[in-house]
Amino acid sequence: MRFHSPASFEDAANIAASATGVTRFLAGGTDVLVQLRADIVEPDDLIDVKQIAGVKDITRRSDGGWDLGVAVAGAEMTEHAALMADWPGLVEGMGLIGSTQVQGRATLVGNLCNASPAGDASPGMMAAGVTVTVTGPNGTREVAVEDVPTAPGRTSLEKGEVVSAVHIPARGANGGDAYLRFIPRTEMDIAVVGCGVNLRLDGDIVTEARVALGAVAPTARLVQDAADAIIGTTLDDAALDALAAAAEAACMPIDDKRGTIEFRTDVAGVLAKRAAKIAYARAKGDTK
Amino acid sequence: MSKVHVTTTVNGDQAEFLCEPRETLLDCLRDKLHLTGSKEGCGTGDCGACSVTVDDRLVCSCLMLGVEAEGKEIKTIEGMADGENLRPLQAKFIEHAALQCGVCTPGILVASEALLKKNPDPTEEELRYWLAGNLCRCTGYDKIIRAVMDAAAEMRETS
Repeated sequence: MRFHSPASFEDAANIAASATGVTRFLAGGTDVLVQLRADIVEPDDLIDVKQIAGVKDITRRSDGGWDLGVAVAGAEMTEHAALMADWPGLVEGMGLIGSTQVQGRATLVGNLCNASPAGDASPGMMAAGVTVTVTGPNGTREVAVEDVPTAPGRTSLEKGEVVSAVHIPARGANGGDAYLRFIPRTEMDIAVVGCGVNLRLDGDIVTEARVALGAVAPTARLVQDAADAIIGTTLDDAALDALAAAAEAACMPIDDKRGTIEFRTDVAGVLAKRAAKIAYARAKGDTK
Repeated sequence: MSKVHVTTTVNGDQAEFLCEPRETLLDCLRDKLHLTGSKEGCGTGDCGACSVTVDDRLVCSCLMLGVEAEGKEIKTIEGMADGENLRPLQAKFIEHAALQCGVCTPGILVASEALLKKNPDPTEEELRYWLAGNLCRCTGYDKIIRAVMDAAAEMRETS
């Protein structure tokens, strides 16, 4: 295994583009090192991106949105009061991953690019409308996070491409987001179902919404029908029931020891309702 | 395979070692620097027995490569006591019999100290969540929790 620590994303992309064997990028390493250790993936070239300037920065843009470096760890997000105040659901999703020790290293981009269907950070990012900059040998492009994972463990990134920045939209007025997951215990487990909801209100009416589900399909995914079910409503019982039905209809989960297809489908509807209620309350000014 | 020369700081002292890129920080601490207090329980970041701090951030040293330690400030269990003088946390672990086999103990002490540095007055719930990534198969955790809460109280009084 060759270890590289380039000083720019262009160099990182060029190293990856010219590599002939298995290549992995290293930020927090909480997936890469486990796979290395378990002999699942032994990279020929391991490219550490943490020597690149800015990868640990959390910056508020002039439009009110946020730019995050790709090596910002979960703990650095949960400790950032202003980011947490703007996007509590997005940050909570990241904060649910692993232990305190894992939070000291694990990153949003790692969770996205590991492309586990059950990654806890991805639904919150999709609901929030996060985009990433992807740097390749031929330049950069902007990609919506929902277009990154394509299948379990697979992404739409081409050979030589690396995610080089994370862009979170401006929170704006009267908005709120939330992420909930179901696990069989209270901590330290993989989502059986995860649901992120982000919405905006005009008075009591939901005017914008994005709903994303995790662990119920080959990738975390946005569910437009679920968002449509609550847009234009006051999130009354009829809207919540329509939301749950749309969430359930979007499920095509696996059947395993942690949850049957029937159970995951049912829980997706329940979590969608609960997350929507929390997001609604936050949009109304609730700070919990 | 070519080895990489790494210069780092461990418990306040400069340390150097040569390692292969795939060797973890835990391997380097134990096998090259002979600091065997940090244990390997699982090797996959689940058990916390290898907990150390890197630039004051609590991490699993099994989930970090030795080469990533370049220029960092590492603190391990070996840096906790002042010679023969135990820190309050360590003394309370003995007083409360908060260990049996002891494999998890260095990691739990390092993790607990990191919490108390950040939050000198944690609730029991905060402490239990903080230590959720430190597994102990002997004690059932209660004695550990009592020892840390008691140490925290004593440290608040003396500070």
